[in-house]
Amino acid sequence: MRRRCAGKGPPVRALAPVALMMLALAGGATAEREESGQGGLARVIASSFRARGQADLDRLRQTPMQLACSVARPDALPADAQQRIRRDALQTVRFPPDGRWLGEWQRGEKIAQSGTGLQYSDPPDAPRGGNCYGCHRLSGTEVAFGTIGPSLYRYRQRNASDADAMRRTWIRIWNTHAFNACSMMPRFGDAGILTPEQIRDVMALLFDPASPVNR
Amino acid sequence: MKPATSNSAESPLSRRAGQGPSLPCVAGPRPAKQGVRAIADRWPLAFAASALVCATVRAADPTSVYRQMLADDNPAELAVARGQELWQTPRGPKHAALTACDLGQGPGVLAGAFAALPRYFADTGSVMDAESRLVHCMVTIQGFSRPELAATPFSELGEPQTDLEVLVAYVAAQSRGATIRVPQGVPQERDSYARGRDLFYRRAGPYDFSCATCHGADGLRIRLQQLANLTRSEGARSAFGHWPAYRVSQGAVRTMQWRLSDCVRQQRWPQLIFGSQAAIDLSTYLGVLAGGGTMDAPSLRR
Repeated sequence: MRRRCAGKGPPVRALAPVALMMLALAGGATAEREESGQGGLARVIASSFRARGQADLDRLRQTPMQLACSVARPDALPADAQQRIRRDALQTVRFPPDGRWLGEWQRGEKIAQSGTGLQYSDPPDAPRGGNCYGCHRLSGTEVAFGTIGPSLYRYRQRNASDADAMRRTWIRIWNTHAFNACSMMPRFGDAGILTPEQIRDVMALLFDPASPVNR
Repeated sequence: MKPATSNSAESPLSRRAGQGPSLPCVAGPRPAKQGVRAIADRWPLAFAASALVCATVRAADPTSVYRQMLADDNPAELAVARGQELWQTPRGPKHAALTACDLGQGPGVLAGAFAALPRYFADTGSVMDAESRLVHCMVTIQGFSRPELAATPFSELGEPQTDLEVLVAYVAAQSRGATIRVPQGVPQERDSYARGRDLFYRRAGPYDFSCATCHGADGLRIRLQQLANLTRSEGARSAFGHWPAYRVSQGAVRTMQWRLSDCVRQQRWPQLIFGSQAAIDLSTYLGVLAGGGTMDAPSLRR
């Protein structure tokens, strides 16, 4: 079952927290793993967090991917488990209906710079950022970039810029687990963090020859 | 970091420093704790300039220069002094001092106590960290209201430190130099570690983040902020050994539970409840991993 974390509320949100906990305990693999520490991790989690602002308790429920990837060495997961994560992720991807991959790189740069969004301290109505610079080098002139993800500087030059390259990049942004099971990168499309329009703008930041990423 | 290089000996600030009291660099003797505030009050410019001049004479890497520069006269010492006052003064509805509070080494024993927390306490039947144990003492010994203490454990930006924050600073300071030994002798302590470790790797929320997403490898950064690798002893020792800390960007002493809670906020999770078992378990995980390290808190952080 696929669950959308940040999008418009799935029906499960209406359930009471107690019911959520029972659901978590009922899931075979979840219960087995959580109770293995004897102290009852599920019970501890249920009593240790409170909903605040836009961050409701439903966020603590794990998707199958999140559960499978919650290990010290996700790269050591069995091949079939990784295969399942990749296959499930690919099925979540929705492509632009009009076939238009690229928006405006100027807006994409703003999205890449902004880390606002989905924290309980963030205004719920403010436009969300992608915080791309938190983890990636992009523009050649922005020196305050993180290193958790690979450098994307000169992205166009380092990748093809045909429709297939754009399709693959779109998938990586929408749900990167389709290529890289248990990747650390958020599922910007699948989890509803960015809108398809915003993803188009980030795509332009990566592919437009005039973008500071490629200049 | 710019502060290390941008002020030469010719700057007006440092000339002014020459007229003030002589202020030691990091390598020199530390001034008496009570003296820090007096010097800062009387010679604010000299106080600031001293740090800049000190920094220019060292050629270490910029981050350690910055940290040393800040560590020279840590404002956390003011919180420590205030915490000592609160510890010794009869307070609360029961008009009692905290000197009978047992932080794990016996009533009133503070030396090394912080370096061995969280631990199991038989009187409550639970594993508690320094912060939850201090609240327990303030409630049981002094008669303060637990809900009130738990509602405002941390000061807001620009507000005075809470009683709990300065007490944590004081208690931590009594473990400065002590070896970190978070016990694993009873099943409850081992369960706490196991849950903390599971929590550390648990991915959830709209960003799919766990603690390990950012703190799972060496040498990573978010933007320019360096991230400790908290899956290994070296990183855990540095993190555990330096909290509580005077956080320069906050202008206040912040505790380990505050640190964990602010990470959880950025994970896009709901709010980590103060004193919750999950907060204590994460501390147990870090503390056990940090075993053999040295406490040096309250420290100074960005």
